[in-house]
Amino acid sequence: MSTFIQRYTRRERINHWVVAIAFVLAALSGLALFHPAFFFLVHLFGGGPWTRILHPFIGVVLFLFFIVMAALFWRFNHITAADRQWMKRIGDVMRNRDQGLPELGKYNAGQKYLFWILVVSVPVLLISGIVIWQPWFAPYFPVWLLRVAVVIHALAAWIMILGIVVHVYALFWVRGTMRAMTRGTVSEAWAKHHHRAWYRQMTGK
Amino acid sequence: MALQSLDIKARSATTTPAPGARGTIPVAKLIDISKCIGCKACQVACMEWNDLRDEVGTNAGTYDNPRDLTDQSWTVMRFSEVEVQQGKLEWLIRKDGCMHCADPGCLKACPSPGAIVQYANGIVDFHEEHCIGCGYCLTGCPFNIPRISKKDSKAYKCTLCSDRVAVGMEPACVKTCPTGAIVFGSKVDMIHHAEGRIADLKERGYSNAGLYDPQGVGGTHVMYVLQHADQPELYANLPKDPTISPLVGLWTGIAKPLMSLGIGLAVFAGFFHFVTAGPKEVEEEETD
Repeated sequence: MSTFIQRYTRRERINHWVVAIAFVLAALSGLALFHPAFFFLVHLFGGGPWTRILHPFIGVVLFLFFIVMAALFWRFNHITAADRQWMKRIGDVMRNRDQGLPELGKYNAGQKYLFWILVVSVPVLLISGIVIWQPWFAPYFPVWLLRVAVVIHALAAWIMILGIVVHVYALFWVRGTMRAMTRGTVSEAWAKHHHRAWYRQMTGK
Repeated sequence: MALQSLDIKARSATTTPAPGARGTIPVAKLIDISKCIGCKACQVACMEWNDLRDEVGTNAGTYDNPRDLTDQSWTVMRFSEVEVQQGKLEWLIRKDGCMHCADPGCLKACPSPGAIVQYANGIVDFHEEHCIGCGYCLTGCPFNIPRISKKDSKAYKCTLCSDRVAVGMEPACVKTCPTGAIVFGSKVDMIHHAEGRIADLKERGYSNAGLYDPQGVGGTHVMYVLQHADQPELYANLPKDPTISPLVGLWTGIAKPLMSLGIGLAVFAGFFHFVTAGPKEVEEEETD
């Protein structure tokens, strides 16, 4: 029997998945209004007006749960010397040549950079989104600010979507990762291989 | 207003050609500010033809009434008291409303397919049944014209009476104007008519009289004859050189296609990485 290490608590998993579901809904409804090629996505939300109505509320849910999640994970995401070493060998990581990589804590540099991208982009999306939120808030802002906010909102969303594409792919690519968020645990072998410093800390080995 | 249309030049959020088999000549409405007496008959005619009734407002100490464009008031007279020359007061009255740009910013910014169309005759029209109420048309407009209804969250503005023009009638405001300050016809004819008016005004001492047909938006299908064409701002801040905000162009012209492509490429990159590098597996899963 392989043994497992607790990686995420129940609370963290619920929190993560609320953010994840909100993200998927916000991204689909946002893309629908972003380019005509994606406009068909409005049908998932009950048509154009409903997409416009729901999108900002989904975004607020995302934000509220995200700040709790960010607070929980904050202390694990400081970039260290080992992370810089690891980033220098990102080519090897990509080719699955993992021998001799530095020992990492709970997260690797890729995960940490994603964390910081989200910590910046989610509040930017919230603020720029409130500025263009029809009909509740947009009428209180000057038109020039709406113009700026639309561009910033699209740019931040784009960066966030790209980050999440990488995030989702990485969990598919790196086998044994998914169960960390679905069951809360990872195998000892997985922890030892990918996050040895964290493994030592958790097991005392 | 939706009529069976075969004469659409441009359609919002649409990447294929619009139905344009039927060609019509570009039309224009010419508003001669030097002839306007501020009677507001055009406002009344607009309400009457389009069956609109704005709320009764309050007197703000000026003749402007209603004070601003709304979803129910698609045209308003804006009264400006100016002294272009010392001691010579002029009362400039501008009928404000949609300018029907040849390069319409509202249409460019709109994310909903077919919510805004531009007909071959130049009229830019909102099809409110396709409007989703996002307000992006406001960001596209260099003249601050569209208004979102508080009742139904749809954007409204002057249609240039597209329903009347489609059956060979002039817009309601034109029909009602008692001084002939508003005229309507082909754009070529209107420019020609304006030239006569400008020559007349110049003879009467308005050396800077001219036509307002701003090229920054490709020209407009509502044009003004201005006594002081060198200073359009005198007329309740009519912009001197209106253009669609570069931010709107940046977003719709470059960002949308490139960013969409970027997301698609990221997904493909992941797929091809997987089929070349393969999964990252941990050996000896079951050992320590």
